[in-house]
Amino acid sequence: MTPEIGHFAIILALCVAIAQAFFSLVGATRGYVNWMAVSRPSAYVLFFLTAFGFCCLVVSFLTNDFSVLNVASNSNSQLPWPYRLAASWGSHEGSLLLWVLMLSGWMAAVARFSKEVPKDMLSLILGVMAIVAIGFYSFLLLTSNPFDRLLPPAMDGRDLNPLLQDPGMVIHPPMLYMGYVGFSVVFAFAIAALISGRLDTTWARWSRPWTTIAWAFLTVGVALGSWWAYYELGWGGWWFWDPVENASFMPWLCGTALMHSLLVTEKRGSFKVWTVLLAIITFSLSLLGTFLVRSGVLTSVHAFATDPERGVFILGFLVFVVGSSLLLFAWRAPKVGLGGRFSLVSRESALLANNVLLVVAAASVLLGTLYPLFLDALGLGKISVGPPYFDAVFVPIMVPAMFLMGIGPIARWKKSSVPELAVKLKWAFAIAVISALLMPFAMGDWSILVSFGLLMATWIALAGLVNLWTRLKQMSSGEGRTLLGSFLAIPNAYYGMLFAHWGVAVFIVGVTLVNGYEVEKDVKMSLGNTVTIGEYTIRLDALKDLKGPNYTGVEGSMAILVDGKEVDRMFPQKRMYNVQQMPMTEAAIDTGFTRDLYISLGEPLNDGSWVVRVYLKPFVDWIWGGAFLMALGGVLAVSDRRYRRASQDEENRGEKTASS
Amino acid sequence: MTATGFLFPFFIFFGITVFLWKGLSLNPKEVPSPLIGKAAPEFTLPILNEFDARLSNSDMEGKVWLLNVFASWCGPCLVEHPILVNFAKTSDIPILGFNYKDKPQAAVQWLNRHGDPYERVVLDIDGRVGLDYGVYGVPETFLIDGRGIIRYKKIGPLTQADVSEDILPLIQELRQ
Repeated sequence: MTPEIGHFAIILALCVAIAQAFFSLVGATRGYVNWMAVSRPSAYVLFFLTAFGFCCLVVSFLTNDFSVLNVASNSNSQLPWPYRLAASWGSHEGSLLLWVLMLSGWMAAVARFSKEVPKDMLSLILGVMAIVAIGFYSFLLLTSNPFDRLLPPAMDGRDLNPLLQDPGMVIHPPMLYMGYVGFSVVFAFAIAALISGRLDTTWARWSRPWTTIAWAFLTVGVALGSWWAYYELGWGGWWFWDPVENASFMPWLCGTALMHSLLVTEKRGSFKVWTVLLAIITFSLSLLGTFLVRSGVLTSVHAFATDPERGVFILGFLVFVVGSSLLLFAWRAPKVGLGGRFSLVSRESALLANNVLLVVAAASVLLGTLYPLFLDALGLGKISVGPPYFDAVFVPIMVPAMFLMGIGPIARWKKSSVPELAVKLKWAFAIAVISALLMPFAMGDWSILVSFGLLMATWIALAGLVNLWTRLKQMSSGEGRTLLGSFLAIPNAYYGMLFAHWGVAVFIVGVTLVNGYEVEKDVKMSLGNTVTIGEYTIRLDALKDLKGPNYTGVEGSMAILVDGKEVDRMFPQKRMYNVQQMPMTEAAIDTGFTRDLYISLGEPLNDGSWVVRVYLKPFVDWIWGGAFLMALGGVLAVSDRRYRRASQDEENRGEKTASS
Repeated sequence: MTATGFLFPFFIFFGITVFLWKGLSLNPKEVPSPLIGKAAPEFTLPILNEFDARLSNSDMEGKVWLLNVFASWCGPCLVEHPILVNFAKTSDIPILGFNYKDKPQAAVQWLNRHGDPYERVVLDIDGRVGLDYGVYGVPETFLIDGRGIIRYKKIGPLTQADVSEDILPLIQELRQ
């Protein structure tokens, strides 16, 4: 019964979404207060119903109900229960259910945390989100129902793809979807602003925290995917410019631009039209990503369902949502006024340049991702576009943006000047150049690329420090605070910016040093053989047979020696999963602050020896550490007291009117 | 920015959508063989059931012929086999069987059991000639013209649609 109840809950949810969209949008445009009052409660009901439906699917997985087609296709009785839980979103259908769960969750959050937003704006916003919801719920119910039955039931399931049986893969989709779906909030804010004609600094202030949280989730989601690929796939790579990876990266790039653009709109009232357009573009890229990975239009190592019929539905939905948004934009945006003027050298300029660069970068990734499709559709042949294109195009575009990251926070609003900036930043620049020239020698060979990468990273880091120092000095001597007092008085949003930018610097260090100095060795090893990499000597001591809950395999015991003394022991595994008969590598990774030692078992050879891959990856964890810092910066920015103060003011006003 | 300038994003989006729509009817996994339009690689191979005899592709010169890569251990080959048997009855185009990485005895039994559409069957026991032909799965079918040029390659089991829509029209064309 449970799957049917879950199915019914989702059908009800669709009905609620339809009602919500109708009453909210018509009510807001016509001014019917009673109708607008529907929007908030319906958001809560929508979330409740969707969560209930989701739980029904999860229960089916956890109880091994193989009469449910989705469970039979993606689970197995030998599968450990955490992975049975994750299997509920491991398939196309299940992941769609996760998507609508996230969407209804964000809608409920918007309903709950928007006390200062006028009722009609809030109605418009929730109404727009409801329309998006209608599309996804219909798609789910009409083409991708996770509650379909399999009768007669299977004796056992086909098991979850072994690649997905991993903690990283368990949280990566939820984080990613929180980001993708989260951008629907700022999208709805933008559409509401266009419809109502109320596009001002207040609008930007409301939109910013939602955008930042979604961005932080997306950052974590993309970073987790990259990290997972690194430790799970066994080749030590962490980014492949695969279409599905690009599908998550493009919204991230535009989302970053959007965050910065919103900041200008809030502070100075400028960039309004551009910000609204970016909000539409960012969410459109989220939707485009959904289309690309489920329609079979592009080949990818991790495309979901490759079903052109489903592709037609999503494409239609995409055309409707994005097409009507862009038409609305073309119609209403010209009426939006321009904001304050600013000079060529100013913080506005730096942020505008940052925006342009990020969007151009996103466009270049989009071009590379869709190019094979363009050529094929025009009958010009079949090609694939990979890292050579992306690396050659993406990095040069980002370099000026990295440079501007040092200047932007220091430049003044409206009007700054080059001499003024130079004075403030000259030491930062000088130290950055010197350390960039010298540091590579500490790592090994000197190379221009490494040096340049380090220059960018140290520049960003030092410019941030200069910024912080200037501000602290101003607050302590200028305003008479102690140093500690100054630290605490600085708003969280500022620390958010610092941490996020330092996160980028850390990320750049990681990428630069790994690309510059990683060492890889593929060797054939029998028991007792050794291989030397860097300062380590690795010796294969033993091979033993493994038995896991749903797999068998072989585990190697490798002694790690430095100067002849054993400092560690590592256990790479090669598994064969019983049900899907799929071999999997479980690399042994010794994670360190300054390097990863990475050992993976390749193939066994006829004489009992194994092909072993050993990597020394300097500073590789700084890649994900940097991403984590960025996300942390986002969270800090959102926790700023002025967002809480605004709602506090609202409550105070409420109390006053109640008591008067 | 003029009012029409604001429509710019819409037009770009629309353009992309057209390609995405077209893309739904394409198959990105379908990679055309680089051998099409090139001369069929040379081979001289033993013939099934004819001890000591050899067949080479130059023996087929002047004729339009089909080369069908098959094996007794191949499941999908069984699926396409009736279509080949039917084709052999209705057309005068010779089909050369290309027994790939198989045991001759097993191939004989398989053909006895399921029908033999082939004029002759050559044996590529170690798969080396198959390598030259770019064979990476079984079954595969090639159409080769009178001058020894490969004109068509099908990877996977032949369907009736392949025969009526691709192979027969091509044969018509080549005959003229």
